[in-house]
Amino acid sequence: MSALLQARSLSRSFGGFTAVDDVSFDVQPGEVVGLLGANGAGKTTVIRMLLGLLRPTHGEALLNGRHPSRLGREHLGYVPQSLGLYTELTVRENLDFAAQAFGCEPMPLTGHLLEAQDRLVSDLPLGLRRQLAFVCALQHEPDVLVLDEPTSGVEPLRRARLWDQIREQSRRGVGVLVTTHYMQEAEQCDRLLLMSTGRLVAAGTVADIVDGTTAVAVASDDWSTVFEVLGRDGFALNLDGRDVRVIDPDEARLREVLAQHGIVATLRPVRATIEERMTMLGR
Amino acid sequence: MSVRDLTVRFGDVVALDDVSLDTPSGHITAIVGGDGAGKTTLLKAMVGLVPITSGVVDTPPRARTGFMPTGAGSWADLSVDENVAFIGGSYGLSGEALAHRADELLGRAGLSEARDRLAGKLSGGMRNKLGFCLAMLHEPDLLVLDEPSTGVDPVSRVELWRLISEAAAHGTAVVLATTYVDEAERSGSVLVLDQGRSLLNGRPQELVSGYPGEVVETSTPERSQFAWRHATSFREWWPDSAPPGSDPTDMTLEDVAIIESLRQESA
Repeated sequence: MSALLQARSLSRSFGGFTAVDDVSFDVQPGEVVGLLGANGAGKTTVIRMLLGLLRPTHGEALLNGRHPSRLGREHLGYVPQSLGLYTELTVRENLDFAAQAFGCEPMPLTGHLLEAQDRLVSDLPLGLRRQLAFVCALQHEPDVLVLDEPTSGVEPLRRARLWDQIREQSRRGVGVLVTTHYMQEAEQCDRLLLMSTGRLVAAGTVADIVDGTTAVAVASDDWSTVFEVLGRDGFALNLDGRDVRVIDPDEARLREVLAQHGIVATLRPVRATIEERMTMLGR
Repeated sequence: MSVRDLTVRFGDVVALDDVSLDTPSGHITAIVGGDGAGKTTLLKAMVGLVPITSGVVDTPPRARTGFMPTGAGSWADLSVDENVAFIGGSYGLSGEALAHRADELLGRAGLSEARDRLAGKLSGGMRNKLGFCLAMLHEPDLLVLDEPSTGVDPVSRVELWRLISEAAAHGTAVVLATTYVDEAERSGSVLVLDQGRSLLNGRPQELVSGYPGEVVETSTPERSQFAWRHATSFREWWPDSAPPGSDPTDMTLEDVAIIESLRQESA
C-alpha cells in the first residue's frame, strides 16, 4: 500500500529560525496517527506544509504521492483548531457552502445538527460547532483527514462520539493525522509521533513516547509540605490527588531532601504521562 | 464554604437544579461537564455574579474571593504590570505590598520577563497564568477558576497545576471547571454536572470504586445505548455484572462520567 501522506526530511526555516528540522513520517490508509508536541514544537508548521500552505525549505511533503496543490485538496479534509466555520451563517449554509466549494452534494444532517440546521453558528455551543466542522470536512469523501486538536474543550461522552466518527472514517480506509497534546486523545491513536523544538524525538505507542521518563509518587500525611519543600529544591512536580508526582527525579537526592525536612513518606514508581515527558523535553 | 440546594433559573431555563457542594480550604474541587451543564453558572453563583433563585451559597465576601473567568481574565490592551496595578487597585492593594505580592506571584508563574508585554500578545498558556496571578493577588480564601487549562499547551498546563496546587497547599479553597478528566482525577473531589443537575459528587477514587456494574472492552457491543468508542474497540457498561465469559476491565473516572451521561440520555 502506498502512503497517503508523507513527510520526507521535511524542514522549514523562517530567517535564522528552524521551525521544522528533518522530519520524516507517513500515514497509511486506515491509520490514525497522532502528532504530539508542546506549543512551538513545530506541529502547525508541519501541517501547513502538508496542506500546501507553506513551502518546505528542504525535503518534501506529499499527498497521495504528489506535492500538495489546489486540485489535490479535494482528497483532503481539514479541521483547523479554529474550526474554519462562518459564524454569521447557519449550520445549513455552512454545509452548502463547503459542498459547493468541493463540487459535491451536501451531506444529510442527523441528530442535534439537524435540529440546529437553521441556527447561526455563532449561537451554537462548542461541541456542536466541532461536530459541524467535522461534517464539513468529510462531505467530499476525502482520502485523508487532518484534524487539529479535534476534541479540545469537549466533555467525555461527546469526545467518545467524535472519536467514533473518526474511527468510522479510518475503517473505510481514510488515513487520519491528529495533532494533540492530551493523553485521552493520544490513547485513541494507532501510532504516535512526538515533536520537540522542530524535531521528531519519539515514535510508537504511548509507552514508547514516555519511555525514558520516570516518575515517582510521594505519598505522605502532608502533601502540601512535600509539594513546597520539593518545589523549592527544583524538582519537577505534579499533583495527583494527595500524592505528589516527581518527574525524572534523582531518587537518592529526593530521599535526602525529604529526610532533611523530617518528612515521612512512601515512594513508589509510577508510569510517567505524555505531558510529563513533554515538560521534561522543554526544561 | 459550601453551596446548598442551589437552583438558578434564567426565565424559563433552569441553569442549575438543586446543586450542593462543599469546598473546604486547602482542597481542590473540580467541576466536570459539557456545554450547558451549568459549570459557569455554578462558579458565577459562588462569586456573586449570578442571582440565586433558591438555596444557599455560603462563600467569603468578594474581597476574600478570587475569580478567573473563561478567556483569561485580563485586559488585552494593558501590559502585565498594568493589569496587576489595575486589579490590585480594585482590591485596595498598592505600593510596597502590591509590588511584593506581584514579584512573588509573577515569579512563580514564570512571567517576570514578560511584565512589559501587552496581555493580548502573550501565548495562551502565559495569558492563563496571568489570569491566575490576578485572581490570586489579594490572597483570597476561595479561588474560583473557569476552565483555566482549556486551550493551554501541555507544559503551561503542568505549570498552571503547580500554581493551583501551591495555592491549595497554602490553605486556599480552589474550585475549578474543566473538561479534562485527568484534572478531575487529580483533584480532591469532583462534581459531575449535566444539564444543571448534579450527577456525581465525591472523591474521584471513591466515585470509581463505588460505582455499580462492570465495564468490558469489546469490538461488538450488545447494548449500543451503553457502549462508547475507545480506540479501535468499544467499552460497554453492564449495570449488574458483565455476561459470563467476558473479561471486565478496571473502571476509570472517564468511564463513570460517560456512563452517567448515557444514563441521563436513556432516562
